[in-house]
Amino acid sequence: MRRFVLIAIPYVWLLALFLVPFLIVLKISLSDIALARPPYTPQLDFAAGWEGLKSFFSELDFENFTFLTTDDLYWKAYLSSLKIAAISTFLTLLVGYPVAYAMARAPEEWRPTLLMLVILPFWTSFLIRVYSWMGILSNEGVLNQVLLWLGIIDTPLHIMNTTTAVYIGVVYTYLPFMILPIYSALEKLDGSLLEAAEDLGCSRLEAFWLVTWPLSRNGIIAGCFLVFIPTIGEFVIPSLLGGSDTLMIGKVLWEEFFSNRDWPVASAVAVVLLLILIIPIILFQRNEQKQREAEG
Amino acid sequence: MAQTVFAPWTDPAQKPIIEFRNVTKTFGDFTAIHDLSLNIYEREFFALLGPSGCGKTTMMRMLAGFETATSGDIFLSGKDIGHVPPNQRPVNMMFQSYALFPHLSVWDNIAFGLRRESKDKNFIGDRVEEMLRLTRLTKFARRKPHQISGGQRQRVALARSLAKAPKLLLLDEPLGALDRKLREQTQFELMDIQEKTGTTFVIVTHDQEEAMTVASRIAVMDEGNLVQVATPAEIYEAPNSVYVADFIGDVNIIEGRATQPGTKIGIAWAEGQPPILATPAKSVEAGQSLHFAIRPEKVTIDTERPDRPNTFRGKVIDIAYLGNISTYHVELAGGQMIKAQMVNARRLANRHITWEDEVWVGFTDTAGVVLEE
Ligand SMILES: Nc1ncnc2c1ncn2[C@@H]1O[C@H](COP(=O)(O)OP(=O)(O)OP(=O)(O)O)[C@@H](O)[C@H]1O
Ligand SMILES: [Mg+2]
Repeated sequence: MRRFVLIAIPYVWLLALFLVPFLIVLKISLSDIALARPPYTPQLDFAAGWEGLKSFFSELDFENFTFLTTDDLYWKAYLSSLKIAAISTFLTLLVGYPVAYAMARAPEEWRPTLLMLVILPFWTSFLIRVYSWMGILSNEGVLNQVLLWLGIIDTPLHIMNTTTAVYIGVVYTYLPFMILPIYSALEKLDGSLLEAAEDLGCSRLEAFWLVTWPLSRNGIIAGCFLVFIPTIGEFVIPSLLGGSDTLMIGKVLWEEFFSNRDWPVASAVAVVLLLILIIPIILFQRNEQKQREAEG
Repeated sequence: MAQTVFAPWTDPAQKPIIEFRNVTKTFGDFTAIHDLSLNIYEREFFALLGPSGCGKTTMMRMLAGFETATSGDIFLSGKDIGHVPPNQRPVNMMFQSYALFPHLSVWDNIAFGLRRESKDKNFIGDRVEEMLRLTRLTKFARRKPHQISGGQRQRVALARSLAKAPKLLLLDEPLGALDRKLREQTQFELMDIQEKTGTTFVIVTHDQEEAMTVASRIAVMDEGNLVQVATPAEIYEAPNSVYVADFIGDVNIIEGRATQPGTKIGIAWAEGQPPILATPAKSVEAGQSLHFAIRPEKVTIDTERPDRPNTFRGKVIDIAYLGNISTYHVELAGGQMIKAQMVNARRLANRHITWEDEVWVGFTDTAGVVLEE
């Protein structure tokens, strides 16, 4: 009995916090917009009994999903989000791998400090950190002032409110999620494996490519998913740093909800986003499981 | 067929394949190898023996190129290899920790080195299969290292280092994880490989019996120094110090003082007892304090006084029965313990010497060695 309760608790938790909200969103996405509070119909009316239930279900339809296909804003936003997420993930990997590598190669007594430094930004609110990037990147910002002062540029660089600024923001924000799994894979790497590779005729570079890289692959995959998945739905960074031409589905979703107050269409956007995300999430979990099996 | 004895180290015309010249290696303020000079010759099976932490692995790592000597030079075939990186040395090493690539199958682990230098798929395939057969791993070729046993892993490491048929092969405790039978088989296989390929082997081992079996010469090390470098028979029969005598095999060490100097000397070892007659390798002075070392199997034990140059009375304190032999612990006058070993030709029940018996131990005047320190 106690066993059952112990197992049941996490399931109840999942049910209450993930499945129920999802069902609510799904229901709204099947509803119609209404000038009411809440701004959609139908409402489930228990007082009407069986008849009420029947009319409730008969009023639900896929209209909003069809609507998403009629306006090319939506699929463009999805595609653009995927593209931005993919490029950001690649850039984060490009920056994160050398950092993780250097950390794993650092003297052992330094590693906890370096690890702390990677995690340190989390101690400040994410929103504040993104705002401070505005202060750095804007035309009168710190970056431009320094570059102007050094004489590298004559006119301020226009970075703020462009997709470039979004990339900078995403790479900065999600870098720890890339570094940590790669670091943990590299730190486990036995140095004698590299010696063995060299002993068998590899140059340093070949040894890296044939031993270090494949052995950190699970960390790389984990890091990429941890960056890619949240970036697709990212809303704060594109709306604060991005320009009007930066199309991301998170921003579209926000506008549907709060500017248009069209909850049903916004919910439909969210449901489709979830469906898009499920594929990488399943792949991610498959990778984690494989890794656990290899270690076990 | 006339067979010349293999002993290149006695021939001054022979050039060594490996030469350590006054090599010192320090880690911080710790000296791991202390001003060491050593020649190893082609086709030798050279064993490094010594207690844990004496610097055996460090020697190997300097040969493989993972450590550079703090001072002194190392030559390989007459060439200073001080600054040659590991991947350009005709040397392969089997690591004490095996260092198998966890992401590669057994087959790919063995093929790893071959692929670096050859593109010929058939050649690589044949060579890997040959190595798999040799180490009896054919059945496990497709498995990953974490899917096989410790002993199998050790064999993969061995196969991988053998695959490239290097000029010099370094084996750091290659057979430690194998059971006795497989170990003996592999020892003979190693000797066989060495015979066939002419590879020079340097092997580290903790197992002196193994060193005795496979080695052409043994170096006994102690805290970064070479104590003795000699053939197994010499090391065993004529150790140059108490340390070597004690480290290799079982030995009785008796402390005493030289009495009558000459080619045969007497060693006074206990009050009121006749001196031990012995034959020193070097002349000693009267009154010099000495150690006398004698192997248990060279000491006989009888109930009647035997007709031998050295005979002493004693009492049996303990008998260790080891199956094929028995070791008798005999207490001599003055409390000196001595071990005597006898082959168990008779069944246990028929043996006539037991605990508490008064017995005579005896040995010849050339059976033991006189050691100065
Ligand atoms: N990288 C290093 N830094 C500091 N000290 C080291 C290092 N490598 C080895 N040593 C020290 O050098 C000494 C010799 O080490 P080595 O590994 O050669 O011993 P070994 O004879 O192979 O011992 P074992 O039989 O236990 O393998 C040891 O005392 C060890 O602690
Ligand atoms: Mg060692």
